[in-house]
Amino acid sequence: MLGKTANAIFWMFRYLERAENTARLLEAGFRMALTRGGDAAGEEWRSVINTLGMDEAYEAKHESYSGPEACDFILRDRDNPECVMAMVENARNNARLSRTSITTEVWEAVNEAWMTLKGLLTRQVREANLSHVLYSIRREATQVRGATYGSMLRNDIFHFARAGTFVERADNTARILDVKYHLLLPSLAHVGSRLDAGQWESILRALSARRAHREVIHAGKPDASGIAELLILDPRFPRSLAYCYDTLSENLSALAAIHGQESQCNSLMREAETKLSETSIDDIFDRGLHEFLVDFISSNRAIANAIAEDYRFTH
Amino acid sequence: MSKKAESNFDEMYYADGSVRPAYSQYQDWFEKQDPSDMRLKDKEAEGLFRRAGITFNVYGDTAAEERLIPFDMVPRIISGNEWRKLSRGIEQRVRALNAFIHDLYHRQEIVRSGRFPERLLRQNEAWLPQMVGFTPPGHVYTHIVGIDLVRTGPDEFMVLEDNARTPSGVSYMLENRETMIAMFPDLFAGINVQKVSDYPARLARSLAACAPPATTGKPVIAVLTPGIYNSAYFEHAFLADQMGAELVEGADLRVVEGRVQMRTTAGFKPIDVLYRRVDDEYLDPLTFNPDSVLGVPGIFDVYLAGGITIANAPGTGIADDKAIYSFMPDIVEFYTGEKPLLPNVPTWRCAEPDSLAYVLDNLEELVVKEVHGSGGYGMLIGPTASKKDIKAFAKKLRAKPENYIAQPTLALSTCPVFTKAGLAPRHVDLRPYVLVSPNGIDLTPGGLTRVALKKGSLVVNSSQGGGTKDTWVLDD
Repeated sequence: MLGKTANAIFWMFRYLERAENTARLLEAGFRMALTRGGDAAGEEWRSVINTLGMDEAYEAKHESYSGPEACDFILRDRDNPECVMAMVENARNNARLSRTSITTEVWEAVNEAWMTLKGLLTRQVREANLSHVLYSIRREATQVRGATYGSMLRNDIFHFARAGTFVERADNTARILDVKYHLLLPSLAHVGSRLDAGQWESILRALSARRAHREVIHAGKPDASGIAELLILDPRFPRSLAYCYDTLSENLSALAAIHGQESQCNSLMREAETKLSETSIDDIFDRGLHEFLVDFISSNRAIANAIAEDYRFTH
Repeated sequence: MSKKAESNFDEMYYADGSVRPAYSQYQDWFEKQDPSDMRLKDKEAEGLFRRAGITFNVYGDTAAEERLIPFDMVPRIISGNEWRKLSRGIEQRVRALNAFIHDLYHRQEIVRSGRFPERLLRQNEAWLPQMVGFTPPGHVYTHIVGIDLVRTGPDEFMVLEDNARTPSGVSYMLENRETMIAMFPDLFAGINVQKVSDYPARLARSLAACAPPATTGKPVIAVLTPGIYNSAYFEHAFLADQMGAELVEGADLRVVEGRVQMRTTAGFKPIDVLYRRVDDEYLDPLTFNPDSVLGVPGIFDVYLAGGITIANAPGTGIADDKAIYSFMPDIVEFYTGEKPLLPNVPTWRCAEPDSLAYVLDNLEELVVKEVHGSGGYGMLIGPTASKKDIKAFAKKLRAKPENYIAQPTLALSTCPVFTKAGLAPRHVDLRPYVLVSPNGIDLTPGGLTRVALKKGSLVVNSSQGGGTKDTWVLDD
């Protein structure tokens, strides 16, 4: 397949994943802000915007953090190149670029996602309508994923698609964890406080992990470190860093097998996977969760760059 | 029915209102349909096109809106007999076109014989001196041709235009049929319509048969597109997808070891046949427009050395110029030794003083077209133009007469379209798609029917309010 097409597939799935995770984070923020009100709600929105890395663009436009303004900015503001609508558009453009590599089912799912969300996001979203919009974003992303699973041949194209998904998901999970931890738990002394429990609850919500968390509680680990362990190291949880890397590693091995040789991304992957599997949650807390996450995000980026380089995405 | 429409040939109904044989089964079916269901179907069709993303971009539209070409769900039906006759005429014409282009770039026998003026070559921007003396692989110049036909009576089909560069619209021929089958499966169970769905396979076969000498193994085909912002990008992707070919842009290609190669995830791979949807001018910045970023530096040298087939061949545009069109009856006769089976529309070349005088005297009855124009732009339709428009046009015409040809305003045939008030006649034309390879000329039964959706309008171009119809050739 063409390098350009591999690039388009990879990014199509990155953008879709990012759009979905952005919607999840927004949903969690909305819940938190609702239960808190006033300045605390503003703080919550600041934290959401910060997690998404949109703070500079947001502050250039707005003086304070409020629910309606933050939601509009995240979902559909043309001044925000990272808004959900822009990501869905990017995903669709990449799908058009790789139209000859995806099935009609996948193309139509992406195209319908774009049409549906374009319709929902032409005007500012009213608060009463927000949960419907967020539901639609998740649903459309699920449709594309389902079409991909159900109709695509398990060849190089599929593996580039999955690689894009898991590179992005790992990055997003790490960022969500980092900002929440970084902002709200400057020292281990706060672990176990009431505020802390609320914040972890919002992380679980953002990662659709509440059900998984109940399972973990059954296993007798209801504290912050138990939750962190679930989200970072539990290979059974599909948004955990460990799960993302198990899958990504399989995709990259499959790509190496198809191309008849291992390359730079495979060795970086192996290194990162080994590191992750040899780390315990206590090691992470001892060393500092923030430091761990910063390292992770940067090595994740290095893997993504190596994939682009190894498979001639742009040159 | 308006008075004007009554004087036209209607393809579905006789003048007395009874139905013509080709449409009788359709008519029976249509009468059994509930009108409100049909109105719903009309909406459904639009949804199907939107979902499939069969849209085109409008140049210069900053909002980057994607538009649909309106689809009319009443099929345009041609009997097997009519089609067989048409096919012979089309094949003859396409054979002549290829021989003509070959001759122009070689001995120019037609010029020597005095039947074709040399000045038309010298003045023509589509003429490529770089092609002189070169013969493309398989001796094929026009791998894909679209012949635009109009009809004025039961047996009167005429050629309005030859599209020998990169005829577009074939994806609509295919998608219109898919849409019809999805919406009205029962219709196809009862009526034997010849299939068009194998066009991409035929195209792939035809292109592969024109592979260059450098090919080793099964020919590798790629479609070259200017990119996703091109108005016909959907079609480029569609054809590549259906053929199982790669869809490439200039930036994916590079000349390596005397071959044009595409950058794949496993390194550079040679391409044998390039179905390009990029104009000659942009093909190779080293040979043509140096500012082009859409092409491949050095591809033309590879081409001349037998390393790649470019379809259609560079320089074929010489044959679809409107001034040259007027010579087609002579051209057909010169190369085939036969009388043309399909006539031209009578055409006045304004470059000739007698013709110019006639055209100027009769502007209000004529259609005047720019020689190099396309898409229905820059033309005058005398009968519907205002006095002021005619005066302004006459001035342009006098200033540069060689830029124009004129034709009578034809009584174009009509075919019914579906409207809220029921069936209503509208003017149509037809573009069949013809494939040329050393194995012969291959004509897919059907084509693109364009329809002027505005009552009384003669302009079928999609850029000016035209729509399309599924075109049936009956298997009878």
